[in-house]
Amino acid sequence: MKPLHFFLLLSLAFLTFSFSIYLQPAIEAPAGSTDTALAAQGRLVWQKYNCQSCHQLYGLGGYLGPDLTNVYSAPGKGEAYIRAFLKAGVAPMPVFDLPEEEAAQLAAFLKAADASGSASPRDFIILPTGMTKRK
Amino acid sequence: MQLSIGKPFMLTALAMLCGGLVLGLWASIYYIAPEYAGRFPGFEALRPMHVSSIMFWILLGATGSVYCALQQLVGGWMSKPAAQAQWALWAIAIGGIFFSYLNRSFGGREYWEFSPAWALPIALAWLLFLVNFARAARRIQRWPVYVWMWMTGIVFFLFAFAENYLWLLPYFREHFVTDTAIQWKVNGSLVGSWNQLIYGTSFYLMERINKNAGIGRSRLAFAMYFLGLFNLMFNWGHHIYTVPTPEYLRYTGYLVSMTEWVFFLRILYNWKSSVSQAQKYYHYFPYRFLMAADLWVFLNLGQAILMSIPALNLYTHGTHVTVAHAMGTTIGINSMILFAACFEFLGGGQRAFLAGNRLLNATYRTAQLALLVFWLSLNAAGVQKGMWQMAPDPAPFRVMMDGLKPWFWAFAGAGAVLATALLVLAGGALQAAWRAAPGAAAAEEALGNRAARESQRV
Ligand code: HEC
Ligand code: HEM
Ligand code: HEM
Repeated sequence: MKPLHFFLLLSLAFLTFSFSIYLQPAIEAPAGSTDTALAAQGRLVWQKYNCQSCHQLYGLGGYLGPDLTNVYSAPGKGEAYIRAFLKAGVAPMPVFDLPEEEAAQLAAFLKAADASGSASPRDFIILPTGMTKRK
Repeated sequence: MQLSIGKPFMLTALAMLCGGLVLGLWASIYYIAPEYAGRFPGFEALRPMHVSSIMFWILLGATGSVYCALQQLVGGWMSKPAAQAQWALWAIAIGGIFFSYLNRSFGGREYWEFSPAWALPIALAWLLFLVNFARAARRIQRWPVYVWMWMTGIVFFLFAFAENYLWLLPYFREHFVTDTAIQWKVNGSLVGSWNQLIYGTSFYLMERINKNAGIGRSRLAFAMYFLGLFNLMFNWGHHIYTVPTPEYLRYTGYLVSMTEWVFFLRILYNWKSSVSQAQKYYHYFPYRFLMAADLWVFLNLGQAILMSIPALNLYTHGTHVTVAHAMGTTIGINSMILFAACFEFLGGGQRAFLAGNRLLNATYRTAQLALLVFWLSLNAAGVQKGMWQMAPDPAPFRVMMDGLKPWFWAFAGAGAVLATALLVLAGGALQAAWRAAPGAAAAEEALGNRAARESQRV
């Protein structure tokens, strides 16, 4: 087999794989009872203020601050707590004085993130294959 | 040989590296003494400025290297105006991106935190790169493996870069899990693409140093290339083991990552290369940087494969082990190979001068040592955080971070030494470029002889 054939074969497999992923939202219903349009706006607020430079979602992002995937439902935390944190800022987190509309969108986004599942590594078990599985 | 198309890219890349080093050092102060780091521009702007500068060093350095190599291979078949337009588009994007970071105008995703508008000139520049590459590659009979790698790098970067902006469509953004999966699919492919450009360059340089054109067409070389391509396409599931994606994505990532053991074992198997002393001397720094990259491939690949086992990833994910890996690979592997390319292509006729340069030789060794400490301290911080995140009753985040301070001091200290060393090496490459410029040849001759005598004494 020539390199070109091999290359084309792999590329075809890659495209099939890619499109199977693009189609997933069409197949699956969105998680939980969140307002998806509001949450989708909130994603943009999250990016606009670059919260990801310090915070993680599912362990992905910057490393100076804590993971925020489940802060929405954490005991003693929640929407009011998030809003208070933004207003107060705790070094090295700066104060973010968001307009009410953006704050609501951001909260909806964090609510949707939270509804998608738990990001805590403690909630996983290790299988004999080395794979992990949600408890 | 005229390398006039590639050189401007390499020089710009070196400038981005120098800026990126200073910005990284500044960002590290937030870890040890945030009160001294300043309010402006703030970590949320410094981190993207550091990471973007570094991305541009890698992408522009790879672009320049491929251009220089193609010019050596086929001469003048590429369009210089197209390359100049490509450079200008990059310059516009870089100017706009840094201007907006300084104004705290973000809006993108991790590693590309600028407004999507600036992605447009980058994509156009990349299209011009593709066009020029195609013009040159048509002249090459029966492509050696590194030409395949360059083609792959250019094409897949373009694909992944477009995919990187699917989130602009609400269809994707409204589905948190799919959106996250695609983002990390993209990041995996982007890293894979620039690795194809850079590994291809490394292969090309090795072939030149060895004066052995056979290796680029061997079956083994092609087998390795296809294994790399396979990983570029399918291994990215290892970024998102904890994200609630469909199971097959995670298993695919896991299984495909494990094929990297083949690379790892191959390094162990033929550690010693068969380059003659004379050739090593003739390509003094290019050779040394390629050897350094080999060592770093070994260390980082070992670590990366372990991190790709989900059971271990549970401990390392979201910790500074990931940062150690990210910087360990981009510095130890990508930057070392790019340095080799800079010294080879920019420093052309300056081999004797470089080999005899005590400062550069000492700095080269210091950089490797500092990088080792840098890498180890980030790993240590990460492991400690990993134990914390798996502990049944963890201390508050702030208390945990305070406990990591000693490691962060080591990280920042080693980072300062590393940054200084890399700045000096970048300066050395620029000096060599300056001396290699037309007109400096006579002066070089005289100095070069002395340097060569000195280096024989060493
Ligand atoms: C410069 C870094 C930085 C940026 C940027 C940043 N944060 Fe923070 N944030 C932190 C740090 C550090 C903490 C932890 C403070 C502590 O525990 O003492 C934190 C804590 C929080 C908490 C409390 C978490 C908890 O579990 O108690 C929330 C909520 C939060 N940040 C939200 C945000 C949002 C939303 C944004 C973007 C608008 C943001 N942060 C941007 C650094 C940052
Ligand atoms: C050529 C040299 C360098 C390269 C290629 C490089 C590359 C990178 C990359 C890719 C990241 C993103 C990490 C991730 O997301 O996991 C990063 C982050 C970072 N780098 Fe560097 N880096 C370099 C030098 C330095 C130096 C010398 C310092 C100074 C100590 C430094 C400090 C940092 C800091 C503080 C971060 C942010 C980590 C965080 O998210 O909290 N870097 N760098
Ligand atoms: C030169 C080659 C490589 C480079 C430049 C590189 C770069 C990176 C970067 C920048 C990240 C950080 C992403 C983030 O911010 O979370 C990362 C993560 C990762 N890489 Fe690599 N990588 C390379 C090779 C590999 C290989 C060969 C493997 C596995 C076989 C691998 C496995 C991983 C894993 C598992 C993570 C995710 C860590 C986590 O978030 O849990 N990498 N890599």
